[in-house]
Amino acid sequence: MADFLRLAGAIAAKDIRLELRSRTALLSAIVFSALVLVVFNFARDPTALAAIDLAPSVLWVTFAFGAVIALNRAFYVERENAALDGILLAPVPRSALYVGKLLANLAFVGVVEAVALPLFVLFFNVGLGHALGGILAVTALATLGFVAVGTIFSAMVVRTRFAELMLPVLLLPFMVPPLIGAVQVTAKLLAGRPLSEMLGWLRLLTLFDVVFVTLCILVFPAVVDE
Amino acid sequence: MTPDLLAARRLIRRGLGLTVVGLLAAAGVYVLALLYTPMEVRQGLAQKIFYVHAPAAWGALVAFAVVGLISILFLWLHDERLDLLAASSAEVGIAFSLVMLTTGPIWGKTVWGTWWTWDARLTLTLFLFFLFVGYLALRAAVQDRGERARFSAVVGIMGLVLVPFIHLSVYLFRTLHPQPVLLKPSAPSMPPEMLRALLSGMGAFTLLYVGFLTLRYGLARLDNLREGAGDAG
Amino acid sequence: MLAVAGPNGAGKTTLLRLLAGLMRPSAGEVMVRGRRLSRDDPGARRSIGLLSHHTFLYDDLTPAENLHFTAKLYGVPDPVAAARIALEEVGLAGRADTPVRHLSRGLLQRAAIARALLHQPDILLLDEPFTGLDAPAADRFRALLASQLARGRALILVSHHLAEAWELATHVAVLAGGRWALEGARPSDLTAFHVRYAELVNG
Repeated sequence: MADFLRLAGAIAAKDIRLELRSRTALLSAIVFSALVLVVFNFARDPTALAAIDLAPSVLWVTFAFGAVIALNRAFYVERENAALDGILLAPVPRSALYVGKLLANLAFVGVVEAVALPLFVLFFNVGLGHALGGILAVTALATLGFVAVGTIFSAMVVRTRFAELMLPVLLLPFMVPPLIGAVQVTAKLLAGRPLSEMLGWLRLLTLFDVVFVTLCILVFPAVVDE
Repeated sequence: MTPDLLAARRLIRRGLGLTVVGLLAAAGVYVLALLYTPMEVRQGLAQKIFYVHAPAAWGALVAFAVVGLISILFLWLHDERLDLLAASSAEVGIAFSLVMLTTGPIWGKTVWGTWWTWDARLTLTLFLFFLFVGYLALRAAVQDRGERARFSAVVGIMGLVLVPFIHLSVYLFRTLHPQPVLLKPSAPSMPPEMLRALLSGMGAFTLLYVGFLTLRYGLARLDNLREGAGDAG
Repeated sequence: MLAVAGPNGAGKTTLLRLLAGLMRPSAGEVMVRGRRLSRDDPGARRSIGLLSHHTFLYDDLTPAENLHFTAKLYGVPDPVAAARIALEEVGLAGRADTPVRHLSRGLLQRAAIARALLHQPDILLLDEPFTGLDAPAADRFRALLASQLARGRALILVSHHLAEAWELATHVAVLAGGRWALEGARPSDLTAFHVRYAELVNG
């Protein structure tokens, strides 16, 4: 177990170091998220709908699309010089490789969300106040779900011709349950509703995470091993 | 003639046979629906599309389940023919889901004045459609046969696991936003003639599904043999 | 050292990938030192190193960082020190902190060698290592192979130019059309072997 974590950690650390060195994917994802927020602002009629009504949807659509952009990076870096083969040659359990990539992706998507959230508050004048803790928690929960599935899909599409198109086509259906849950919980948090009203959705989110992280760990070897 | 070629041709013949029987059965269901079922009071003649619409959704769901289950078998047994079977099921499934997604709105518009509703059945079939599209698009985008089979199997399994979550999400969503009473496609308390027509429809479409699947699978095996002969050596 | 010769398309690279555990055999098993080389037993991979056209290096990291990562993957104790020693052995200590992107082809090959040997594998697999090497570089490489043999390492070298490693090989095999065609101790006469090889390949 300790070995497993050590290896996953080494892989995640390597990915983070690589990204800090080149920074391209991360910056693109951040800028993209900011642009999405700007587009949303001009895409609505401020007299017809209060910002607060749309807020959870806007926030989560932004998070979702920003995540898809950031996820493409994960296995792209392994293409140069067949670096992935280098990892597969080594005595690394494939599940450790998956978890390492998952951790790195969570870090990147987390950074994108950490930038997008304050921008969202700024652009839409939505006070988070008391809801901040809850929103951070539900963000973590939902993000784990779609990054888990996105990591495994990005491993598959990286070698196809239209990788950037294939990933959203495959991934978006899987993002819907976490998205629905996240939007509902966020809306209730912003409206100050009691926890009891969110329990169903929170259970859904947690179940989704547990099931899909486990499933992805189980099927990942079929994706990377010939 | 190699045994593989013989097997492929036999499959195609059987598939054709089953398809013809299935089509006849489906035609029989239409007759049953048009002549022998009572006219639904509010919706009139248009309600009878339901006898096509619901079985098509059923067919799509069966096709999808087959893709998922065969994918699990493939990852366990690594038999290339299982991959061909799953892919054939996906192609048949996407056709059935398209039938459902076109007849559904036609029915909805004629009867209730709206093209689309986010009810459980339509939403689920829409998701199945997108999952089929993703599955087939991925297959088209991957050149290497081994890789294509493995990747398809993974997507198939993950899609299968996703379906209960879609169902659960839609259910939770609807308890929050109850649909107007009008949009209740099928009440459990149906007059026996309607139930009979519905079940016959589902039977006919299942037969049709098996027929199409066998036919498509036979063709896929044939294609596979030709491809194999092409790149051997 | 086993030298495996064969024309292009005979399956030499596939053979190496199977031996390295990068591909799963459709039938049978690959056994390394009595252990099954499969996903269930990652430990067997420790005995094997691979040197191929691809360097397995990350362009944006330095050789030191690359080898440090490799050392961690193989569970080598004290990865930082092991990386440094490996780089010194191939003469890259001076450029250890330059991103791989900026290294010349010759230095890249040295980094790749350091990476392949870092975990002290018992068996080193080499895929057409003489490709693109000029005569002095080929001589240096042969010297390196000789020193590895002297250390007790087993080498399996795949090539379609037999002359390159003829003197060092103790065994030869020919792979033609995906099948073993000849295997045995390395004969002393290269010219006669060439004739035999041509027969096997064209026959």
